[in-house]
Amino acid sequence: MLQISDLSKSFDGFTAVRNVSLALDQGERHAIIGPNGAGKTTFFNLITGHLRPDSGTVDFKGKSLTGRAPHQIVKQGLARSFQHINVYPRMSVVQNVQVALIARQGQTFNMFIAAAGLHHQEAGDLLTLVGLADAEHAVAADLSYGKQKQLELAIALAAAPQLLLLDEPTAGMAPAETMEMLRLIGQIVAARGLTLLFTEHDMDVVFSLAQRISVLHHGEIIATGPPQEIRQDAEVQRVYLGKAADAQD
Amino acid sequence: MGVVVALLCVPLLGSRYLVDLTTEILIYALFALSLNVLIGYAGNVSFGHAAYFAIGGYSCAILLTTYQWPLWLSFPAAVGLSAGAALIIGYFCVRLTDIYFAMLTLAFSMLVWSAAFKWRTMTGGDDGFVGVNVPALLEDRVAFYYFAVGVVSLSTALLWRICHSAFGRTLVAVRENSLRAGFVGIDVRRIRLAAFVVAGFFAGIAGALFAMYNRGMYTESAFWTESAQVLIMTLLGGMYSFFGPALGAAVLYLLEVSINQYTEYWPAILGTLLVLIVLFLPHGLAGLAQKTRRARKV
Repeated sequence: MLQISDLSKSFDGFTAVRNVSLALDQGERHAIIGPNGAGKTTFFNLITGHLRPDSGTVDFKGKSLTGRAPHQIVKQGLARSFQHINVYPRMSVVQNVQVALIARQGQTFNMFIAAAGLHHQEAGDLLTLVGLADAEHAVAADLSYGKQKQLELAIALAAAPQLLLLDEPTAGMAPAETMEMLRLIGQIVAARGLTLLFTEHDMDVVFSLAQRISVLHHGEIIATGPPQEIRQDAEVQRVYLGKAADAQD
Repeated sequence: MGVVVALLCVPLLGSRYLVDLTTEILIYALFALSLNVLIGYAGNVSFGHAAYFAIGGYSCAILLTTYQWPLWLSFPAAVGLSAGAALIIGYFCVRLTDIYFAMLTLAFSMLVWSAAFKWRTMTGGDDGFVGVNVPALLEDRVAFYYFAVGVVSLSTALLWRICHSAFGRTLVAVRENSLRAGFVGIDVRRIRLAAFVVAGFFAGIAGALFAMYNRGMYTESAFWTESAQVLIMTLLGGMYSFFGPALGAAVLYLLEVSINQYTEYWPAILGTLLVLIVLFLPHGLAGLAQKTRRARKV
C-alpha cells in the first residue's frame, strides 16, 4: 500500500533521514521506534509532504506522493496527527472536526453553503468515537492535554484516511490516559480497516499495538520485523531497548 | 433589519447634513467590513487595502465620465477591476505571511497610488478626477442616499453569507492554525487568495460609491494613510465580530468630523486612539460590548 524507497533528507549537512526504505501492506499496524533525534518526525514529515525529500520516493497505492503538498497528499487517503498538540485552539471542538469534513467534501471554496450545522451529525459521530461526545461545544484550548490528543485523532479521522499516521499518539499522557488512547486506536483501526503507521516512545504501547516494528537510528532503519524478533535483536538492544530499560530503572 | 429600517428613515428627519454624514459612514462601514475578511477571518493584516477602494473609485469615475458608460455597466466593471487587481496582487502577497505580507500589500498600494498620481491624462493626477458624471436619477442627495443604503445593505448581506459559509469557516481555521489546515486537505494559499479577492471586491464597491458620492476621486484615497485609517476602524470596532468594523467606521468617522471642528491635530488624536485600542481594547468595541453583556448575565 505504502512504498518508500531510499528516502533521504539533510539539514545543513546533518543527515536526519538516510536511505530509508519501507513497505507497508494494507491493514498492517507498523511502529517506528528509535531514540530521540533518530529522525522519526522528519520521516513522517517527508511522507506527509511537510518536508521535501532530497532523494528517494514515496508511493501510495501506486501513485507517487513525492514532492506533493500536504493538502494534496491528504486527498489521496493519508492523514496524520502530530506529536505536539496541533488543533485550532480558539474554535469549538466540533468546529475543529467540521473543518476537516468541509475539506474532505471539497467545500472549502463554497461561499454560499451555511457553516452552521454543516456535517454536524458526522462530526458528532467522530467525537463520540474518540470519547469526546460531551465536549462538543467546549473551546479546544480549554480541553485537558489528553483530550486534545483525542481531538487530534478525530481531526485526522475526519479526513477518512486509509492510512493513518500517528506521531507519538500518547506522548505526555498520564498512564490511565495512555491506556484509554491505546484501546481507542486499536478499536478504531480494526473497525475501519485502517493501515497504521505510528511512532512511539513508550515500549509497552509499541509492543501492544504494532504487528511489525522498524527501528530508526541516526536516520537509518537498522531492523524491521515482528515485535518478538525486534525484542531479541542484539543491535536494537544495544542502541535502543537497553537505553530505554536503563532509563526506566 | 432594524438598522436598515432606521437608515431608510434618516432622510425623513429633513437634515441634509445628516443624510451626507450617514452616506459617508455607510461607505466607510462597507470598506471596513471588506478589510475584516482579511484581518478578522483570514488573519492577514493588510496595510494596503486603500488600493482596491481607489481602483473601484477611479474606474467607476473614469468609465462614467471619460467613456460615458451607463451606470449599470460602469459600476460592475469598476468592481470587477478591483477584484481583478486583488487577484493579481494577491497572487504575490499570499506567498508571504505576517509582517512580510503586510509590507507587500503596502508596496502594491503605493504602486496604485503612484499610478493615480502620475497617470494625469486618465486620473487627473494630484488635481484629482473631478466632475464625475453621475446619472441624473442619482444626482439628488437623498436619491443617492437610498442608492447607497441599497448597495451597502446588499453587499453587507452578501459578506455576512460569505463569512458564515463553509468558506468562512475554512478561513477561520487557516487563521487559527494554517499548518494543521494544510494537513486536513485545505489549500491554504488558494484560500487566502480567495479571501484577498473577496476583500478587494467589496472594497471596490465602497470605492465606486465614494467616487459617485463625492463626484470626484483624489489621490489621497489611494495613499497609505487611507489604508491605515480603515485598519484602525476595523481594530476599533473589533475584528472578531462581523459587524464590529462597521461600528468602528461609524465611531471613528463621527470622531473625526467632530474633532476637526476644534483642532487640526486629528492625526495625533488618531494615533493616541490606536495606542489605546491596542493596549486596552484588543477585541475592539464589539469585544467590549460582549464582555459587558456577559458580566451583566453573571
